[in-house]
Amino acid sequence: MKVAYWPGCVSRGFTPELHGAMAAVAPLLDIELIELDRASCCGAGVIAEHNQELADTLNARTFAMARQTDGELMMNICSTCQGAQTECQERLDASAVYRTQINSTLSSEGLHYEPGVTNKNFLWLLVEEIGLDTLRQKVTRPLTNLRVGPFYGCYIVRPAARLGIDHDHPRHTYLEQVIDTLGGTVIDYAGSHKCCGFPIITMNKTASLKQAGRHLGDAADANADCVVTPCPLCHLNLDLQQPLAQAVVGRELKMPVLHLPQLVGLALGLDPAALGFRRHIVKPTAVIDWAESVVAQAVSA
Amino acid sequence: MSEFTLRLRRYDPQSGEPPYWESHTIELEPHRSVLEGILQARGRFDGSIGIRCSCRSAICGSCGVRINGQPGLACHTHLDEALERSSDGMISVEPMGNMPVIRDLIVDMDAVHWKKIQAVTPWLLAREPVPEREYLVDREAMVDVTQSMACIQCGACVSDCLAMEVDPDFIGPAALAKSYRFVGDPRDSEHTERLTALSEDPHGLYTCTHCFKCVDACPKGVNPMGQIMRLRRIAGSDHHIEDRNNGYRHEHAFVDNVRRNGLLHEADLLPDSYGGKFNPRAVPELIASMPVALRGLLRGKITLRKALTHPHKASKELRAIFERIESKPERYELNLYVSGTDEDNEPNEPAPAEAIA
Repeated sequence: MKVAYWPGCVSRGFTPELHGAMAAVAPLLDIELIELDRASCCGAGVIAEHNQELADTLNARTFAMARQTDGELMMNICSTCQGAQTECQERLDASAVYRTQINSTLSSEGLHYEPGVTNKNFLWLLVEEIGLDTLRQKVTRPLTNLRVGPFYGCYIVRPAARLGIDHDHPRHTYLEQVIDTLGGTVIDYAGSHKCCGFPIITMNKTASLKQAGRHLGDAADANADCVVTPCPLCHLNLDLQQPLAQAVVGRELKMPVLHLPQLVGLALGLDPAALGFRRHIVKPTAVIDWAESVVAQAVSA
Repeated sequence: MSEFTLRLRRYDPQSGEPPYWESHTIELEPHRSVLEGILQARGRFDGSIGIRCSCRSAICGSCGVRINGQPGLACHTHLDEALERSSDGMISVEPMGNMPVIRDLIVDMDAVHWKKIQAVTPWLLAREPVPEREYLVDREAMVDVTQSMACIQCGACVSDCLAMEVDPDFIGPAALAKSYRFVGDPRDSEHTERLTALSEDPHGLYTCTHCFKCVDACPKGVNPMGQIMRLRRIAGSDHHIEDRNNGYRHEHAFVDNVRRNGLLHEADLLPDSYGGKFNPRAVPELIASMPVALRGLLRGKITLRKALTHPHKASKELRAIFERIESKPERYELNLYVSGTDEDNEPNEPAPAEAIA
């Protein structure tokens, strides 16, 4: 399927391995990515905190650009983008008067926002568009014995109603479903749906790092080999800042944090070296015993 | 009548025994509340079950608990709904979090919730001169604060606040929503003082992590996090309070960064959030971040080229959007709690003619 692809800022900034992993995995899942390279930052909630109309206009612009492509829907690879964009979309779709106001700003660029753009994180797309049965058939290297703790990121699970989480769309359980489909073992631990602390790293560093450290510690106590996240901002606090988080919580963590496309890529048979693990602060390849945790060699499907 | 199994968390701190779970099967119609179920269990099986309740109509805020791990009012949750959300066929009920347990499902609201509410001076500090009769206030200004006025002080948002979980001194969502009730009230005379106190508090306005827990927890649609964002907006953009916690600087650095680059350039954001690379405030923070930055460089996560330059630059169209919106004399805010959606506001279908006849 063809998707208008919004990679966000951080996947092209401090987590380049995420952008690369998504590009490597997409063809294996028959996803054609049409990258929205002229779109801007979603604001991560901070621009909305500063000026709601500004955030709504920037995201309306991104949605309008997505609509101009021939993608079936828009896909993102960042929990924070998903949440921030959905919040703007909720306001844009609620009021025709407000849309007129926003569109008058967009008109100078020849853009126009109209309700009806579907925007899904890669996680949602995997479960709802590709389907777990299809995903299972594509697995060539089941993640046998790999113990994986899900870590969602707040913006993709709350508020539940805005994000369309209901009985028919239990999106707050999709990571567990995907881990299981890929052959891994789901680790249940306290922090899976909690906050990584990243938004307050410059305002209350101790509290921020305590959040990251505590969740990783809980995952370690549950014997996770690694955690997986669909959010690159969470990745910054959980991986890049892990040495500082260790110091704050006073224990060694050594917990690899995988981006979701990396975990999928592993199971679909991609070489770990092609997934950018060397760029992680806690290198998964250094901690996980691949020979033990994963059926070492990919087999043909 | 249907049978429901309640799994209650029991705890008596004075007993010296650890908390434990206890199950009771009760019989009630499915639309009756979890509170009624607990009261039946207490009446039929064990009179010592501790639960606080009063109005049973979701207005007094006494029966805040966690049901299947989610905070809410026991009197406002139907048994069938609770069962549907359960993962194992039992409705688990436990005391709220972030507050010490007095007994079973009763937590010490005084020790945490009320202490924090009192800290924000939760009453109107009237603007002088006090008029002889009533203040005349724009309707819109008062409608704006109705959302925060809907709070019934049940503590559900405090229970699940993730910032408070790691920083118990955090003032928290309920107290901040209460504060907005007065900062948004044109009759109050101390807006600047209130905002300054909250912004400068190292456990104040800028410790909220945007986790949305309070938004989902609130049984009254108060949206505490939304009120917190409005407090920040007013503190930063209207009162220009440059707080010592970098809240103001981070927000402004972020917006400027995207205005310049289109995409966020993280390598600039960190020093700018502390006031700029050469700001004395930034220096110790940047030195503390050096090991992380160096490790990032070594791993190729951060490249020198990326750290020093930025491949993306905002287009002139994007800059024009910033300019157009930021130069408006007033910020525009759409609060769906107040305005509703177009769908909500559609006039009702006219009644068919025969019905009128």
